[in-house]
Amino acid sequence: MSFRYLLKPSDRVACAWIAASKDSERELSMSGKANEAGMGAPIVVGACLAFGAILGLGMASKAVDSGIYFHGLLFFVACLAGGVALIGKVSRDRSGANDRNTRYNDGVIRAGVIASTFWGIIGFLVGLTIALQLAFPELNFDTPWTNFGRLRPLHTSAVIFAFGGNVLIATSFFVVQRTCQAKMEAEYGAWFVFWGYQLFIVFAATGYVLGITQSKEYAEPEWYVDIWLTIVWVAYLLVFLDTLRRRKEPHIYVANWFYLAFIVTVAMLHIVNNLAVPVSMFGSKSYTLLSGVQDALTQWWYGHNAVGFFLTAGFLGIMYYFVPKRAERPVYSYRLSIIHFWSLIFLYIWAGPHHLHYTALPDWAQTLGMTFSIMLWMPSWGGMINGLMTLSGAWDKLRTDPVLRMLVVSIAFYGMSTFEGPLMAIKAVNALSHYTDWTIGHVHSGALGWVAFVSFGALYHLTPVLWKRDRLYSLALVNVHFWIATIGIVLYITAMWVSGILQGLMWRAYDNLGFLEYSFVETVEAMHPFYVIRALGGGMFVIGALIMAYNLIRTIRGDVRDEPSQVPAAVPAASS
Amino acid sequence: MATDKQQESHLVDEVETTGHEWDGIQEYNNPLPRWWLYTFYVCIIWSVGYWLLMPTWPLVSDFTRGYLGYSQRASVARDIEEARAAQSVYTDKIEKLSLADIRKDSELMEFAVAGGRSAFGVNCIQCHGSGASGGIAYPNLNDDDWLWGGDIEAIHQTIKFGVRSDHEDTRFGDMPAFLKDEILTASEISDVAEFTLTLSGQKADAASVARGAPIFAEQCAACHGPAGKGLREFGAPNLTDNIWLFGRDKSVIVQTVSNGRAGVMPAWSTRLDPVTVKQLALYIHVLGGGE
Repeated sequence: MSFRYLLKPSDRVACAWIAASKDSERELSMSGKANEAGMGAPIVVGACLAFGAILGLGMASKAVDSGIYFHGLLFFVACLAGGVALIGKVSRDRSGANDRNTRYNDGVIRAGVIASTFWGIIGFLVGLTIALQLAFPELNFDTPWTNFGRLRPLHTSAVIFAFGGNVLIATSFFVVQRTCQAKMEAEYGAWFVFWGYQLFIVFAATGYVLGITQSKEYAEPEWYVDIWLTIVWVAYLLVFLDTLRRRKEPHIYVANWFYLAFIVTVAMLHIVNNLAVPVSMFGSKSYTLLSGVQDALTQWWYGHNAVGFFLTAGFLGIMYYFVPKRAERPVYSYRLSIIHFWSLIFLYIWAGPHHLHYTALPDWAQTLGMTFSIMLWMPSWGGMINGLMTLSGAWDKLRTDPVLRMLVVSIAFYGMSTFEGPLMAIKAVNALSHYTDWTIGHVHSGALGWVAFVSFGALYHLTPVLWKRDRLYSLALVNVHFWIATIGIVLYITAMWVSGILQGLMWRAYDNLGFLEYSFVETVEAMHPFYVIRALGGGMFVIGALIMAYNLIRTIRGDVRDEPSQVPAAVPAASS
Repeated sequence: MATDKQQESHLVDEVETTGHEWDGIQEYNNPLPRWWLYTFYVCIIWSVGYWLLMPTWPLVSDFTRGYLGYSQRASVARDIEEARAAQSVYTDKIEKLSLADIRKDSELMEFAVAGGRSAFGVNCIQCHGSGASGGIAYPNLNDDDWLWGGDIEAIHQTIKFGVRSDHEDTRFGDMPAFLKDEILTASEISDVAEFTLTLSGQKADAASVARGAPIFAEQCAACHGPAGKGLREFGAPNLTDNIWLFGRDKSVIVQTVSNGRAGVMPAWSTRLDPVTVKQLALYIHVLGGGE
């Protein structure tokens, strides 16, 4: 990223020169292959699929446990299915049934929108299930597969990686093409990223239910699934960079900085935290390379930055495109974008140790984790300010556009949880909040309020654009979704605040003779009403998501609901 | 660019944009909000101040200790020592005095019962329930029905050494598996179960009872007593008081007689200190059924 240009926007001559040279480069590379599909790429892809099929079969035939046997076969079947899809695509390309002259490559993004919605609902439903299990333990049904311990990582991975990850991949492919005015030419690469990522999700999810886990929070998949994700992720980085390289705009738009930071950092986090030694090359079990407190610190360096770079930086990328786009207003401050981007990137990476306050982690590391969390407060809020202030002069749109309202409320939740985070990182506060439901409440104000809402806003905006519809099927239904989900979130997080603080206070209560006031089971009993309220809030959130899915499906089908006029039909299909 | 840029009369419109446009999106060149910048500075200054006071930066073989010289380990060790010292007025006495003597000292009793209640909450409620009311296979400790004795010394011994535990001084009793070990046939067990029902005044089939009575006298009376009143030396329950550890129904009794029972209580003397074990005994004793 060329800083000099970023800081000197008036330097038009240089910009124009770069733009022109890029254009001519592009013209050159494009000439002579307008609508002609080369056979080079399909042959390479086919060879990879054949190799993958053999590898999968080989893993299954030499498997030392049933988990890897199943996953080997799954990989084999996935490669076969990929082969069938490849033959279909090549024949369509050669017969000219696929229009290869579109301005942007949107097919994979459409698939991403559908996958996001699908996995979102699965993830929310599993979340509701485990919320109910906590309130009513009978719902564990006494089988290993439906036990809370296996369903909980299924929920977290489904919402973070399956839902959030698909939203990030789809929106990043959309945004990078639009803001670079460049087509994502790596078509096979993009489809590989999409399907490879879905396969990763299925590997992870089926593994959890079957009991395959390396017991690292948010990094539960075992070594072979980690290797697969690494391959997919590197492909993602290459596809993204390739599109960025083809840009016709002289500057890289801020959303792309955030997307790139997300992709690069997640690759680093994923690889370092998953360093492990497999027990057998044909078995699912592995042992982590580090042990003890070193392992714990690496895990939370990973865990916290998964929040920072997956759930914050990546979704800020979404915010930086969809909020100004939807509000039709310029971004508030370019300077703030730069400062808060670099300070966020620099400070976030240090904050992980605050997950290990008052543990075997040395004091000095705890201090660093806490102070960097506090310094992180303003850099996080920079994104909130830039998002909210972009609405200046367009606040009236909140009354008429529920999609924009969703986006704006997501920024408000972002601001709230990025204040709460540094607060909870202070050791004195953490002594009360750690291990309690307060943490769960904090995570969900970020996850439901920020991540999911900004995603919903993006999905609502994207669907009419991608399927070339004039507008959404129903803005009134978006409004219903907005309110039911917002009330659900408020119920959820207030229940968890009260429950968490109550829990923390009960744990530390002593009577006047110096004995613990409450037994653990008494604190569990006290949580019950709050767990019921939480499940209620979660249930409302699920209903909201189902309403969204219905609305999106009807939009894709091209239906338009006849609605009163105070809700305007103004969903600009923009420059697609 | 399809977006219609209406020039609305707002203050922000007077700020220049950076001159770039991406897919219709422009950027204002607003300065950093002052309050944001100053708060950021304050956070940084505060952090640097904190670094000077607390252990912070790793060095080659040590770390910067900070002006206050704080250490988490030292701090928690001090807290624990202080808490122990504050309680030692009582705990020293509890350690030295006999259970009977402790019971005579009401102030000491108050402390011991409070400590027993707290230790019970951590160690015992998993089986005996938070109200000590027990459950299937786990005795209720509030009533006056005691398998191994309900005076303070007996309760203390049970907690100390456990029941069928791995301690050599454990309490031990054996309810045989009469069917599994082929001591009785299924029909004999059915008859003796019918007889057992009558001991606590429940309705039973007269013919079976008649057949069961001699079997009870021969096989069961040795431990449960000829009248079924139980025998504490073997932990054999009283069968006449309508207090049942596993259930009052005939089917449960048949199951018990057929397969035997061998519930386990751990020996707490190997897990808790003697003062806590004494406090637990005193707490259990005052729950309501102490003898």
